Parts: sequence; structure tokens; C-alpha cells
Amino acid sequence: MDFLNAIILLLNYIFIPALTYGSQLALGAIFVTLIYGILRFANFATGDMMSFGTMIAILFTWYFQSLGISLGVLPTALLAIPFAVICMILYMLVIDKFVFKYYRFNKSPPVMLAMVSIGVMFVTQAVVRIIIGPDDRRFFDGERFLIKAGEFKEMTGLNEGLALKSTQVMTIFITVVLVSILFWFLNKTKTGKSMKAYSDNEDLALLSGIDPKRIVLFTWIIAGILATIGGVLYGLDKSFKPFTYFNNMLPIFAAAIVGGIGNPFGAFLGGYVIAFSEIFLTYAYKKFFMYVLPASMEPESLVQLLSTDYKFAVSFSILVLVLLYRPSGIFKGKVL
Amino acid sequence: MIRNLNVIYAYAIMMGLIILVGFFQSWNVALSIFNLCLISAVMTIGANMQWGYAGLINFGIMGYTALGGLAAVLISVDPVQEAWRAGGFDILMCLWLIIVMILVVRFILKNYEKSQIRTYSIIGIIVGGIIAIRVTAAPGIEAIEATNPASTGFLGGFGLPIIFSWIVGAVFAGGLAFIVGKVALGLRADYLAIATLLISEIVIAIIKHEDWLTRGVKNVIGLKRPAPYEVDLQGKELFINLVEKFNSGKLNLISDLTERQQALNQLVIEGSSVFVKLCYSGLFLIVVILLLIFTQKALYSPWGRMMRAIRDNEEAANAMGKNVVKHHLFIFVLGSAIVGIAGAMLVTQDGLFTPGSYQPMRYTFLIWVMVIVGGSGNNFGAVLGGFAVWFLWIEAAPISLYLINLFTSGLDDGNVFKLHLIESVPYFRFLLMGMGLLLIMRYRPKGILPEKIEIK
Repeated sequence: MDFLNAIILLLNYIFIPALTYGSQLALGAIFVTLIYGILRFANFATGDMMSFGTMIAILFTWYFQSLGISLGVLPTALLAIPFAVICMILYMLVIDKFVFKYYRFNKSPPVMLAMVSIGVMFVTQAVVRIIIGPDDRRFFDGERFLIKAGEFKEMTGLNEGLALKSTQVMTIFITVVLVSILFWFLNKTKTGKSMKAYSDNEDLALLSGIDPKRIVLFTWIIAGILATIGGVLYGLDKSFKPFTYFNNMLPIFAAAIVGGIGNPFGAFLGGYVIAFSEIFLTYAYKKFFMYVLPASMEPESLVQLLSTDYKFAVSFSILVLVLLYRPSGIFKGKVL
Repeated sequence: MIRNLNVIYAYAIMMGLIILVGFFQSWNVALSIFNLCLISAVMTIGANMQWGYAGLINFGIMGYTALGGLAAVLISVDPVQEAWRAGGFDILMCLWLIIVMILVVRFILKNYEKSQIRTYSIIGIIVGGIIAIRVTAAPGIEAIEATNPASTGFLGGFGLPIIFSWIVGAVFAGGLAFIVGKVALGLRADYLAIATLLISEIVIAIIKHEDWLTRGVKNVIGLKRPAPYEVDLQGKELFINLVEKFNSGKLNLISDLTERQQALNQLVIEGSSVFVKLCYSGLFLIVVILLLIFTQKALYSPWGRMMRAIRDNEEAANAMGKNVVKHHLFIFVLGSAIVGIAGAMLVTQDGLFTPGSYQPMRYTFLIWVMVIVGGSGNNFGAVLGGFAVWFLWIEAAPISLYLINLFTSGLDDGNVFKLHLIESVPYFRFLLMGMGLLLIMRYRPKGILPEKIEIK
């Protein structure tokens, strides 16, 4: 019984939250990696682009709510996602046309493009804050829990409850579906294959008649979908605040690089590596050991490797270690 | 002289703008903008050394600034005797352990050949060392943080004049830069950017959460000043007389004696804070001018030429026998040390240390905008960038408020759209900065005052 309790405890406080957080990071990391692999620069506007997409989704959600449209148990925001994705893609294409295109045509060094993306970051941040303000926004509606901790305890008779939020299930489900479609697209369709070819060797791809404009267009479309959905899922699960989204850019970068930047599958796994290590290292295992160990050996301290204050620092340290010992990431990067 | 006309024009315009603020808003505002412009200028000089001279991207400016600020705290605050008695011994033991650990690792690295056993034993020593350090430190840290947590709760500093911290801040920042440089400088440009950004976040996390050292988010307030206090000045006969003489024309217009006294009091209060700010301006100006002379000399020395050669073609420079790695590390440390000075200056001016206020937006990306806009590779350009961008950053709100009122003058005052825009005035500065950066990068990629290479 105690053993079961211990497992439920870990499930409740480590596995499910880490899986959710990891999925959210993974979507962002694939976004970063795609831009890096095809457009060849580190996009420092990642977090703010995600917050832009989420903002549009929130505005649509409010509009639908004012019309009285809802999805019942599911949050209305899901209905708003397609519209938000379209707006996001348009915004990205506008930015690309007026900002990034010029540098791409001039074959500027990647550093230059990264600097330009900082300009985009400033502008996007301003736009988001001017339109929706810097405050914390919750836009979740519908049923919050699939399983409540209390109900679970009653059902199973265990001491530990397992709470399963609907947003967590939604996040994991949507991520898996989205990522599967993406990999199918990249590996099986002609456009996807040409994107991979372009990312591998630009000149060769151009020689074999691949249209670079089309590649760039598709990259931004995929990026827009990933950024918006990743942002909305994060916002549904936690809350929407422009500043948090900006800060999320850092673990997302960490995930992309840990997985091997330029490699979408690596980025996908990198998200989970970062999320799990953050939560593993900062969780206090005292209660877990109380269940597992006999009463005489119970630990007195919290048995916490690092205080939760250092949550972010964990992922950054992992990144620094990876950069030092395996700069190409866990999976060899640079090719889609 | 004619050659540098554009530099002189640019600086004249900049000073004119600040003086205009003095006339239209107040001299207090103008001087506080000017002081922060000077601090920003020091930061940009540091960043410019790394990016402009050597082409190294350092997105960790925030971390070095914070370390400079930490130096100000550790130098100027009086030591907290109780806390030292409560937990000082444990902390010192910890310091010993760290030193021993580093020495052992160094010894192993030097004396044994690379093998799996060596790697594992080093990992074992580090992990074991960290656990030992945590176990030794835990009671000490707890005791220190428990001693009078409302006002101290940390070890305090050395109780020296705060001005020394400017040098110590440079040493701290340089030391960190040495470690970071050793570790990360081999990375490609964009990886280096990300790595430095993340390392600076780690530094901030440590400063924020190690309460025994820095008081963390509880902030350290009331640091000593190198300048006199306003209250003291207001009581000094000499100062009051000075203010009276300075404003005699204005005061003579008022005939009523009590009113005149009141006006004088007002002027003294204003004058005292202006005077204090002027003291700071003087100190900062000395630093900026010294740094400018020093960097300018360095830039046009053989060393500067070599740095540019390395920047423009690393392989060629390497082939000519220049040790690229060593020189990169050196300039990385040097630039970061200068940023550290700026961090200490900033805390000195504010008189308080607030770890929570260090954010990458303000202390890393804004500084980069300054360097790029001003002109990377040109010291005068970088300093000008610091001035112009900081000026805009502060004055963006009034300017955009004015513009909003102008464009929405057709709408009535209760209009929701207008109210919303006026409410979000503080965020227009981001828009302004972003637009400025994008426009400069597109149409004048070398900045306002581009780098000038003189070939003699």
C-alpha cells in the first residue's frame, strides 16, 4: 500500500507536471529549431511571438464568450486557436517581409539576424503590452479537473490523491498529435522533404529546383502554428503574462540546444529532458521516502537536491554542460 | 579637427537635448538622466570592447552588472558582528572546502592522464564536495539568516568607503568573465550569445536566493554615499548662502519677507538634490573620461589593430602567430570588468541593491541596442549610443503621451480607445527601441557614428 502511495505521489507531483511542462517547452523548442535550421538564425523573439499568438487567442476567446459560444466542458480557447494561428502567421509573414527578408537576401551573417530578432522582440513585446497590458490573465473556462484528488482518494482508498487537470491531458494530447503530424509532414510530403533538403544544403537544394520562397513561407506557417498552440496551451495550464512568456524563451532555447539545434526530434525530446530535470532536482522527496523506507530510517530534512528557487538555473546548467561536452546536442543537430 | 565634426555635432545635439529637459521639465530630471547616461556609457564602452573590437557576443551584461552591484554591498555595508558569530565559522569552513576541492581537481587534472577513471573521480569529487559544502553550510546559513532578519539577516560587508567597490566590482566581474570565457568562448557566435545569457541568469538566481550573502529579494538599502546627504546640505549656512546668491535675481522680485523665506527654502531643497546629483555627475564623468582616453589609446595601438585583425579574420590572425584564444579571453575579461564598474556605480548612485530589478531586457538587450545604434567599434559612437538610447528610454513616455494626445485630439476625453492608449504609454518605449534598432540595422548598419579605421 505504501509503495502504491509513493508511486501516486511521484505521478502527481513529478511525472504529470513534468510531462505537461515538457510538452509546452517541446512545441517552443521545435519552433526555435525550425527557424534555426531553415532560416539560419537564433530567434530571440521566440517567447514574445508565442505571447503574441496567445494574446490573439485570448481576444478571440473573449469575443466568443461575449457571443455566448462555448465548447461546454472544453475551454473556449480551443475554438479560438485556428483564428489565432491565422493571425499569427500573417504577423510573422509581415515581419519576415519587412525585416528578415532583406538580411536573408543579402546573406548577412547569422549574428546580424539574431540582432534583428532582438529588434523584433522589442517591437512584439510593445505591441502585446499595448494591446492587452502586462497583467496576469486567466482565460480558462470549462471543466478544470478530470480527476480530483479527493475523489481519487475515495475511489482507491489510498492516502495520496491524484489530481489530473484537463489542461494537462489536453496539452499532452495536442502536443503528441501536432508533433506526429509535423514529422509526417517533414518526412513524407514533398514540401517537407524539400524543407529538409534546404536546411541540409541550401545551394544544392536551390540547384535541384526547390523554390526558396515556398520553403520560407512554409517555415513561417509551421512556426506560427507551433508558436500559437504552444503559447495557448501554456496559458491555459498556467496563466498568460507577457513577462513570463519572455522568460520562457530561456528554457525553450535550452531545450532546443540540448536536443541538438536544427533537429526537430531532438528539440521535442529536449523539452522533456529540461522539464524532467528541473522538476526532479527541485522536488522535496521527504514524503516519498516516508512511504518507501521503514519508520526508523525516515529522513529529517526535506531531501531536496536544490531549492525550487533554482528551477530555471537547473535547465541553464544542463545547457551549459551540454554546450561544453557535446555542442551538437544529444542528437546531432543542423539537419532537419 | 574638421575630421571629427560629426562627432562634435552629435554630442552637441545630445547635450542640447539634456539641457532642454532641464529647462522644460526640471534640472533634477535632467541630471538624473545625465547620470544614468554616464553609467550606460560605461556599460557600452565595456560591451563595445567585446563586440566592436573583438566581435565577441556577450549577452550576459546583466550578470556582470549585478556582480558589480554586489561588490558595492560587500564593500560598503558594515559587517554584521552577530551574524558572523552565529554562522561565520561555517561559512569560512565552506570557503576552505571549496578551495581544497578546486586544488584537488586541478592536481588530478595536471598529474594524471586523461582516462575514464580520471573523469569519474573528478565527477565524484565535485558531487561529494558539493554535498559536503551543503552539509557544512546549512546550519551556518540558517543561523545567519535568523539573526535579526528584518534589518540584517546577512553577513554584511567590510564597511569601507563605497568608492572602492568600483574597483572591486571590476575584479568580481572580471573574475566571472574569466571563468565564463574559459568555458564558453570556443562556442560559435549564436551559441555564445545564448550561453552567456543563460549564465547571467544563473548568476542572478544565485544573488537573488543566497540571502546570507546578499539579503536576496529583501534588498539592501541605505548604502553609504560618496556624496553629501541632502538633509545635511539643507542645514549648512554656506550652502544656503550659495543658493541665495545663485537665485538672487529671482528672490529679489519677491517683496514679502515670509514668502521670500519660503521660496528660498524651496530653492534650497531643490538645490540640495541638484547639488548631490552634480557630485555624482562629476565622479561618473571622471570615470567615463578616463575610460574613453584609455580605450581610445588601446583602439589605435598595435594591440587594437591586432584585435581588429582577429575580429575580421580569425584564421589569418592565427596564421600570423597571434594566440586568438588568449586574446579573446583577455578582451572578454576586460570588457566585463568595465561593465562591473558600471554595476557598482549604478548601486552607488541609487544607494540600494535590489536583486529583483536585474532583468535581461533592461541590462542586456538595452545595452546592446545602445552599442548597435551608437556605432560598434567606435568608442565615441558607443558612448553616444548610451546617451541617446537612455535619453529616449526615459523620455519615450512623455513623447508618446504628447503624440497620442495629438493624434487622438479628435476623440473626446472619455473615449475608451484613447484612455487605453494613454494607460499603455509606458510600453511605447519598447516600441521606440525596437523600431530604432530595426531602422538603424537596416539603413545604417554601422551605427550613428560608424567605426573609422585610420590608415597612416
